[in-house]
Amino acid sequence: MNRIEVVSRRTFLGSVFSAGAFVLAARVLPVRALTADVDKAAWRPSVYLGIDTDGTVTIVAHRSEMGTGIRSVLPMVAAEELDADLKMIKIEQAIGDVKYGSQNTDGSCSIRDFYDAMRDAGATARLMLERAAAAKWGVPAAECKAQSHQVAHTSGKKLGYGELASLAAQQPAPKKEELKYKSPAEYRYVGKELPTVDRDDLTTGKGIFGIDARMPGMLYASIERSPVLGGKLKSYDDQETKKVAGVKEVVVLPGVTPPHGFKPLGGIAVIADNTWAAMKGREKLTVQWEPGDNASYDSPAYKQSLLETVRKPQKAVRNIGDVDAEFAKGGKTVEAEYYAPHLSHAPMEPPAAVAEFKDGKVMVYAATQNPQAVQDTVAAALGIDKKNVECHVTLLGGGFGRKSKPDYVAEAALLSKAVGKPVNVTWSREDDIRFDYYHTVSAMYMKAAVDEKGRPTAWLQRCAFPSMMTTFNATTTSASGGELGMGWINVPFDIPNHRAENGPAQHHVRLGWLRSVANIQHAFAVQSFADELAHNAKRDSVEYLLDLIGPARRIEPAQPTRLSAKYPLDTGRLRKVIELAAEQSGWAKKNPAKGRALGIAAHYSFLTYVAAVVEVEVDSTGKIRISRVDYAVDAGKVINPDRVKAQFEGAAVFGTSIALMGEITAAKGEIQQSNFHDYPVARMNEAPLETRVHIVTSDAPPAGVGEPGVPPIPPAICNAIFAATGKRIRELPIKRQKLA
Amino acid sequence: MIRLKVNGAPRQYDGDPDMPLLWYLRDEIQLTGTKFGCGAGLCGACTVHVNGEAKRSCQTTMKSAADKDVLTIEGLSPKADHPLQVAWRQCNVPQCGYCQSGQIMQAAALLKQKAKPSDADIDSAMRGNICRCGTYQRIRQAIKQAAEVKK
Repeated sequence: MNRIEVVSRRTFLGSVFSAGAFVLAARVLPVRALTADVDKAAWRPSVYLGIDTDGTVTIVAHRSEMGTGIRSVLPMVAAEELDADLKMIKIEQAIGDVKYGSQNTDGSCSIRDFYDAMRDAGATARLMLERAAAAKWGVPAAECKAQSHQVAHTSGKKLGYGELASLAAQQPAPKKEELKYKSPAEYRYVGKELPTVDRDDLTTGKGIFGIDARMPGMLYASIERSPVLGGKLKSYDDQETKKVAGVKEVVVLPGVTPPHGFKPLGGIAVIADNTWAAMKGREKLTVQWEPGDNASYDSPAYKQSLLETVRKPQKAVRNIGDVDAEFAKGGKTVEAEYYAPHLSHAPMEPPAAVAEFKDGKVMVYAATQNPQAVQDTVAAALGIDKKNVECHVTLLGGGFGRKSKPDYVAEAALLSKAVGKPVNVTWSREDDIRFDYYHTVSAMYMKAAVDEKGRPTAWLQRCAFPSMMTTFNATTTSASGGELGMGWINVPFDIPNHRAENGPAQHHVRLGWLRSVANIQHAFAVQSFADELAHNAKRDSVEYLLDLIGPARRIEPAQPTRLSAKYPLDTGRLRKVIELAAEQSGWAKKNPAKGRALGIAAHYSFLTYVAAVVEVEVDSTGKIRISRVDYAVDAGKVINPDRVKAQFEGAAVFGTSIALMGEITAAKGEIQQSNFHDYPVARMNEAPLETRVHIVTSDAPPAGVGEPGVPPIPPAICNAIFAATGKRIRELPIKRQKLA
Repeated sequence: MIRLKVNGAPRQYDGDPDMPLLWYLRDEIQLTGTKFGCGAGLCGACTVHVNGEAKRSCQTTMKSAADKDVLTIEGLSPKADHPLQVAWRQCNVPQCGYCQSGQIMQAAALLKQKAKPSDADIDSAMRGNICRCGTYQRIRQAIKQAAEVKK
């Protein structure tokens, strides 16, 4: 069969380990979808696993790879229980299909949600192989043991997994209670720092991202959109556009009405032979837009309205004791207001996808965190059934939540239908920054009544921000339970009177989740205010934070979720990461010099306990250098410690960008930033010089890793700046503040 | 007609002379290892070598690339064993990997100029290359490791 394989997406793990086994990736993707290798396997003991007669074990990676290592790490859980030889393992990226369960690679939940399923897949296959061997040899199964890709009998005879595959396929599937799992002492892969399957491709330019996907006859599109969300096209002139060499067609995509969901924004698409011609042709368009209602959006005025909202009583979303009665006693109180602006995801690969519409069906190659949402969104946009949308997932050049929202994939599909050829849609950086699903903008008001030791007897926290749920329900004005559950209603402090409130806010841009979501503003306010109270009381920040948290105990959730029983909030684990970060950073021996100091913040998110101690140096001109970050992390059981460390190293940089420089603003409804000159992100000389990640060894169920490193960084940096300079930062980004 | 060499192979191009080298590499000759990140010389994802010097291919027109030698990540080392690539693998540098071609090409130009770069040299050479995943610490480590090997 003459077919071209996307080798880099069907990689033998062995190639990482055996020298010279280097494979070239094909540059042209197949016109018609291939049957997945796993579907052709002789034996399919699980939806995630196939074993062939030659011994090849194909493991399906159904989650998207955007840099966490998940497509390598999760299959290792199955490989471990199967006791498979790494050289015989092939990892195959799944297309979008409900049979795999959720593929929405978001919320730091891939390991947490699929650890058991992958473990069961491996353990099921191992047991069936042992039983197949026992049946063949006519011996008790208890005398047979699967190990290193072979089943061995106590007599010494052996059969390979490949030789047993067809026989094992005849075995009845065991019940879950029959499965036996390896003990951690027997682990070969879990807990080991294995390289990822994509490592070599990513150092040679061979990895295929959404922007790299190619189909024969493919054209390239660049789309001009209304600068104000919801603006209507009044008129346009494309005469000059059509004179640009390489421009093929100009297609108008209709605008959409709220809620925007994942629907394409609409606009004028210039379609050309190559990306450059499409972009150049687009520059030559003359377009008139009717801006519409969102032209009222001005960031300075909006900021004032949010601050006014949080200065007044709002709806209580969590209430313990009676803060009002305590405040009424007239004792000493401390107040502070905090503000955090909109942020843009800015993944290095802007949104990009290729789609081909043919015979009523769509085939897509996309950098997407959620291929099933691609199916739904493309189907809705084209009015076809979702089963007629086949979504192949490429590597993602960063995601951070942006690529869960497949508006750009639907654009490619609509344009392919319009021009009758495959179309690659590549957003420019300007498109990415100006038409994002932004992280929200927020204001927080905090007030505490304190006793003679400076400890709060009452604590009030009030927030207001437009909810990201407005993307799905345009009339929403209050935060969702999910957003409030991110470090707002579950602040684990031991305070007798504690109230959290949330006030209303209107939205004017598309909002969405960005790495660690509402935890960003909540941790900023709560952990900054805790530090303010510590200094107010002239107490050590670490000692004070531990006192606020109180003794080790389990906290009943204000809003129980499906995970509450398995993952109770345990303040003992939070205390432990604070103590560990303090110890490893040399907190007790700290010797703050003028302009150099440590700051701490701790935050529980995505079921993971994190503390960060940050050392900052502020020079006489106010320039900040972050010399060191010490993270302590309790994420439960860890599959690949190296990838966990990498996620936290990266989170320190992401958090630094948020703290120091991230800010999206609107004027007359138009986003004012457009590229890395006015939406800067941390560069090497601005990033922490050294990040050390101290992982707590734990047998607790695995928790989140991708996001929880972000929230403690902005408050820890601000707390360190206060310790170094006496200047309290209550508004992000820090670049807006004068430190000298 | 513009003539140039890409990874040692002679090439001819007769399209728009103002087209950035980036799009020629990616869309015309399918060398997609060089990435688009900003289109404005702000992020370094498109870094290649032109006559041995690190250049942003999004800011290099085809006419200015005429008669030049262009080296991309695909041509850096035939066996993918440039000391930087080896060090990159040993340090498990990449996360999403998208910016890494540009990072490696920029670092390769640095090592040609400074066999043993200091932290300040590395900051100064690499600050134009953004990594949104935040792999800077490992990039620094890998550059130092490669410098040791080269020495």
